[in-house]
Amino acid sequence: MTGSRGLRSWLTTTDHKRIGLLYFYTAFAFFLLGGLEALLIRAQLARPNGTVVGAETYNQLFTMHGTTMIFLALMPLSAAFFNYIVPLQIGARDVAFPRLNAFSYWVFLLGGLLLNASWIAGPVFRAGVLNVAPDAGWFGYANLTERQYSPGPNVDFWLLGLQILGVSSLAAGFNFIVTILNLRAPGMKMMRLPTFTWMTLVTQFLVITAFPVITVALVFLMFDRFFGAHFYLPQAGATPLLWQHLFWLFGHPEVYILILPAMGIVSEVLPTFSRKPLFGYTVVVYSGVLIGFMGWGVWSHHMFSVGLGPIADSVFSATTMLIAVPTGVKIFNWIATLWGGTIRGTTALHFAVGFIAMFIIGGLSGVTHASPPADLQQTDTYYVVAHIHYVLFGGTIFGLFAGMYYWWPKMTGRLLSEALGKAHFWLTFIGMNLAFFPMHLIGLLGMPRRIYTYAPDLGVSSLNLVSTIGAFLIGVATLVFVVNLWRTRSHGAPAPNDPWGGATLEWAIPSPPPPYNFSVIPTVASRLPRWKTEHHDPMSDPPAAPPAPVHVPGGSWWPPVAALGLPVLALAPLTHHVWLAFLGVAITIYGIYRWAFEPFEV
Amino acid sequence: MPRFRPWLSPLLLLALAVVACGGPFPQSTLRPRSDFAGAIDHLFTGIFWWAVLVFVVVEGLLCYAVIRYRYREGRPAPRPVHGHTALEIAWTLAPAIILVFIAVPTMRTIFTTAGEAPPTALKVEVIGHQWWWEYRYPDLHIVTANELSLPVGRPVQVSITSADVIHSFWAPALGGKRDATPGHVTRIAFRPDSVGVYSGQCAEFCGVSHANMRLRVLVLRDSAFQVWVRRQQAAPPAPPRGSLEARGRDVFAKSACIGCHTIDGVSKGIIGPNLSHVGGRATIAAGLFPNDSPHLARWIANAPSLKPGALMMPMPVAGADLTAVIAYLQSLK
Amino acid sequence: MTHAAAVHHTSMGLDSRKMAFWAFIGSECLLFGSLISTYLIYKGKSVVGPYPHDILNIPFTSVSTFDLLMSSLMMVLALAAVQRGDLKWTKIWLFATAFLGILFLGGQVYEFSSFVREGLTLQTNLFGCTFFVLTGTHGVHVTVGVLWLLTLWVRALQGKLGPAQAVTVEISGLYWHFVDVVWIVIFTLVYLIQ
Repeated sequence: MTGSRGLRSWLTTTDHKRIGLLYFYTAFAFFLLGGLEALLIRAQLARPNGTVVGAETYNQLFTMHGTTMIFLALMPLSAAFFNYIVPLQIGARDVAFPRLNAFSYWVFLLGGLLLNASWIAGPVFRAGVLNVAPDAGWFGYANLTERQYSPGPNVDFWLLGLQILGVSSLAAGFNFIVTILNLRAPGMKMMRLPTFTWMTLVTQFLVITAFPVITVALVFLMFDRFFGAHFYLPQAGATPLLWQHLFWLFGHPEVYILILPAMGIVSEVLPTFSRKPLFGYTVVVYSGVLIGFMGWGVWSHHMFSVGLGPIADSVFSATTMLIAVPTGVKIFNWIATLWGGTIRGTTALHFAVGFIAMFIIGGLSGVTHASPPADLQQTDTYYVVAHIHYVLFGGTIFGLFAGMYYWWPKMTGRLLSEALGKAHFWLTFIGMNLAFFPMHLIGLLGMPRRIYTYAPDLGVSSLNLVSTIGAFLIGVATLVFVVNLWRTRSHGAPAPNDPWGGATLEWAIPSPPPPYNFSVIPTVASRLPRWKTEHHDPMSDPPAAPPAPVHVPGGSWWPPVAALGLPVLALAPLTHHVWLAFLGVAITIYGIYRWAFEPFEV
Repeated sequence: MPRFRPWLSPLLLLALAVVACGGPFPQSTLRPRSDFAGAIDHLFTGIFWWAVLVFVVVEGLLCYAVIRYRYREGRPAPRPVHGHTALEIAWTLAPAIILVFIAVPTMRTIFTTAGEAPPTALKVEVIGHQWWWEYRYPDLHIVTANELSLPVGRPVQVSITSADVIHSFWAPALGGKRDATPGHVTRIAFRPDSVGVYSGQCAEFCGVSHANMRLRVLVLRDSAFQVWVRRQQAAPPAPPRGSLEARGRDVFAKSACIGCHTIDGVSKGIIGPNLSHVGGRATIAAGLFPNDSPHLARWIANAPSLKPGALMMPMPVAGADLTAVIAYLQSLK
Repeated sequence: MTHAAAVHHTSMGLDSRKMAFWAFIGSECLLFGSLISTYLIYKGKSVVGPYPHDILNIPFTSVSTFDLLMSSLMMVLALAAVQRGDLKWTKIWLFATAFLGILFLGGQVYEFSSFVREGLTLQTNLFGCTFFVLTGTHGVHVTVGVLWLLTLWVRALQGKLGPAQAVTVEISGLYWHFVDVVWIVIFTLVYLIQ
C-alpha cells in the first residue's frame, strides 16, 4: 500500500487513492447489505401469501433496499473510481481539494451508518428492533410521509440520512469539477480527456444541480414533520404533488448520475480489449453532455398516472423519447468499437459487453414507458421494477464490475482471477435475467410493486418463484466475486504497470501508483497517449523515480472531525434533544476553522 | 472469449410464455375489456413490436461483433477507425424515425383517452382510503365500497380522489391506472364492453396494508345493473322481529361499529365502508376474503391481525352476539 | 483563510478555489430557485390569513434592502483595499460590511418577531411556511457570511490579510454579492410584486 500504515494514517488520509479504496470497501459492504435486503424481499415473494416477513418489515426492506443501493452502493462505487482513477487519467497528483475529498468520504460513511442504525434503533424509541427503519419507499411520497400517516421515527431517519449524504455528494461534485477542469496535465485538452473522465465531469454537474432540489424537498418535509409547516398538506391548500415534482426534478438527473459513470467505464474497457480506439469519441462525449442537459426536461414521465393533463403528458412523452436518441447513439458507437477489432475476452470485457446487452433491454422497456397511455398499465407495477433493474443492475452494476476487473490491478497491484471472474460473470448474467426478465410479464399480468404479498389467483406465482431463484443465483455469483477479492489480496498474481495494454495515462505508472502518482507530470499530445497510432508513437512512461523529491501533503484530522458534527446535528431532531444540534454545529464549525487555518500544501 | 449465447434470450421468452400461458389472469393488462384498455393495448402492441425489432437488430449486431471479431492467433492488428460521420447520422436518424412511429399514435391516444366521457356517461366517484375503496354514484344516490358495479356498453366517467394519502385506482382489464391524490380530483373514462368480474388493486404505495387494498369491478348486463341499482337505492331489508338477524341489528346498533360504518336507518359512521348492502358483496376487507361467516367472524373479532394496520380495532363481540351480527350483515343484500 | 503559499498552475488559468466557488454558487441558485419557485407556486393559495398584503412592511424592508446593497459596496471597497495592500482600510471596510450584515439580520429578527406577534408563524398557513423557510434560509446564509467576514476581519487585525490573501477576500465577496442578489430577487418577488 502507498505511504504510511496504521489506522491513524487511514483516518487522516487525504490521498485520493486511499479515499478511493475507502469508498470502494464501504460501498461494497453496503451493496452486500442491500443485496441481503433484496434476497429477503424475494424470499417473501417466492410464494403468494408468503410468511417470511410481515408487512411492516417488508416495507422497511424495500425502502432500505432502494435507498441503500442508490445512495450507499451505486453512487459511492462510482465515486471509488472517480477518486482513484480520474486524477491518474488527467495526469494529476491528486484532486483539487484533498481534504474536502476526505470530508466527502467521512460524511458518506457516517450518513450511511445513521441510516442503517435505524434497523436496530427501535428500542431507543420504545419500539422493537426492526421497527423503525425507513418504510415509505426510497422515493418517500408525501403525504404518506407526513407525521399524521408516518408517526414513528422511520421517515425521520430517512430524511436526515439523505440530507447528510447530500452534503457528501455536493462536496465531491465541486471537487471533481475543479479537478477535471483545472488540474489536467499539459496538453490534456478537453477533447483528449478519457471518456470515463468526461462522463465523470457531466455527472458532477448533474450532482451539484440536482441535489439542491431534493435538499429543498427534504427540508420542506422536515419542517412539516417537526415544526408543523404545511408544504405538502392538502388541508392547508398545499399539494402532495409538490413533493413529486421536486423529487423527480432531482430523481431523473439522479438516474443519469447513476448510469453515466458506468457508460464511461464501458467506453474505456471496450477500446482496450478490442485494440481499437473508441468509435466516434466526439459523438460519444457530446451525447453524454446532451443526455445531461436533456435529463432535466423529462421528470414528469415518472408522473404519468398522476393526471397532469394531456398537454403535460404529451410534452414529457416527447422529451423522454428524444433522450433515447443520444442514448442509442452511444450504443451504436460501442458496437462499432468492437466491430473490426481483435477482442480479448477478459472478465472486464464480458461485463462491458453484458452492460450493452442488458442496457438495450432496459432502454427498450424505457421507451415503452415513454408512451403515457401504455405507461398507465406499466407504471407502479413489476414491469417498471424490471426496467429499473435492467438499467441499474444490468447497466450500472455490470459497468461497475467491468471497472473493478479493469482497474483492480492498478488499485491494488494484484490481478483478479480470470477463472473466478468468468464464473462470476456467467452466474450473474444468468441470475440477473432469471430474476428480472419475468418481472416484465409479472407486471403486465397485474402485480403492482411495493406489495408484501400477492393473491394466488393472480397467476404470477410461478414467475415470482423463477425470479426469486434468479435473485439467489445473483447472491451466489456475488459470493464468487467476494472470494475472488479475498483470495487475490494475498494470492493474486502481481500486476505490472499495464496488464491490459491500455491507452490512457493511468497505465503509465506502477500498480499501485506511488503516493505522488507521476514521478514527472507527462505532457500529453493525443487522446491515446500510450498507444501507437497512425499519427504518433506511444509516449514514454514517466521514469521510475522522480528527479527531485515530490511534496506529498500529509493527512489531516479536520475533515473527519467536521464530518462528525453532521450526524450529531441529525440526532437532535431524532431524539428531541436540542442541545445535540448546537453540539453538532459547534463540532462542524470547529472542524472547519481548524481546517481553514491548518498549514496544508497540496 | 466472450461466447455470447444468443439463444439464451428467446429460450427465456419461450419458457416464460409457456409458464404464463395458463390460468385466467384476472388482473392482466393484456386482455382489454373496455375501449380505454383496448386503446392502450393496441398502442402497446405497436410499440412492443418496434422494440422487438430494435432488440433483434441491435443485439444481433452486438452478438455478431463479439463472435466474429474475437481474438484469434495470427489475426492482423485492427484498423484504427476513429469514426464515420455518415454512420453517425444514419444511426441518429433511424431511431428518431422509429420514435416518430411511436410518438404519433402515442399523442393521438393520449388525447382520445384523456378522461372525458360524453355527458350521458354514468358518473362514479372513487375515494381512496387506507386501505379500502369508497364508491359514490352521485346521480343515483348510491354509496358503496370495494366492489364497483357497472353496466356493460355504457360510458363511465370516474372521478378519483383520496381521503388520506395518495392511492391509485387500477382495474387493468378496464384501463390504465389513475392516482387518487388528496386535494385533487382526477378522471378516467371508459366503456366496458364485456360482462364479467375484473380484479384490481391499489397501485400507489399507501402504507402498511397497501398490498391488501384490492378491488373488484362487476360489469353487468343492463337489466342486472338496474336490479342492483334498485336494491342499493332501497333501504336495507328490515329483519323480521325476533329473528337472529334482528338480534344482530340490535347488537350492531349498540356497539362501536356505529362510530365508523353507515347502515341506512341504523348508523351514520363515515370512517369505514358503507355496510348498507354489504350482504350483496362477494368479498370483504377490500377484496381480501370471501364474504362468508368464518371470514366475517375473524374480521370482526380482530381486523388488524388479518390486515396489518387496519384502522378497525378488534371488536369485543363474540359468541351468540357475533353469530347474530354476522347473520344480520349477510341479510343486508 | 490561509492556504497554500504557492499559486499552482491551473489548466484554465483560474484559481481553483474561485472555480469551486462559482460551481457552489451555481448549485445555490438551484437551492434558492427551488425555494422561490415553491413560494410562487403557493402564492395566493393560503386557506387562512394573514396574507402578504396584511403584514408585509414594504418601507421597512426597503430600508434593510438598501442596507444590504450598501454592504455589497463596502465589500467591493474591502476587496480593493486588500488588493492594494491597504491594511487600515481593509479592516474598516470588512468590518463595515459585516456590520451592515448584522444590521440586516437584526431587521430580519425584528420583522419575524413582529409577524409572529401579528399571527403569522410557520404553522399558520402556506404564506407562513413558504415565507419563513425562504427568508430564513437566506438569513442563515447571511449569518454564515457575517461570520466569514468577521473571521477575515480578525485576520486583518492580526496583520495577516495582505495582497497574497486577496483571493480569499474575493471569494468571500462573491458569496456576499450572491447573497445580496438573492435578496433582491426575494424582495422583488415576495414584497414588491404581490
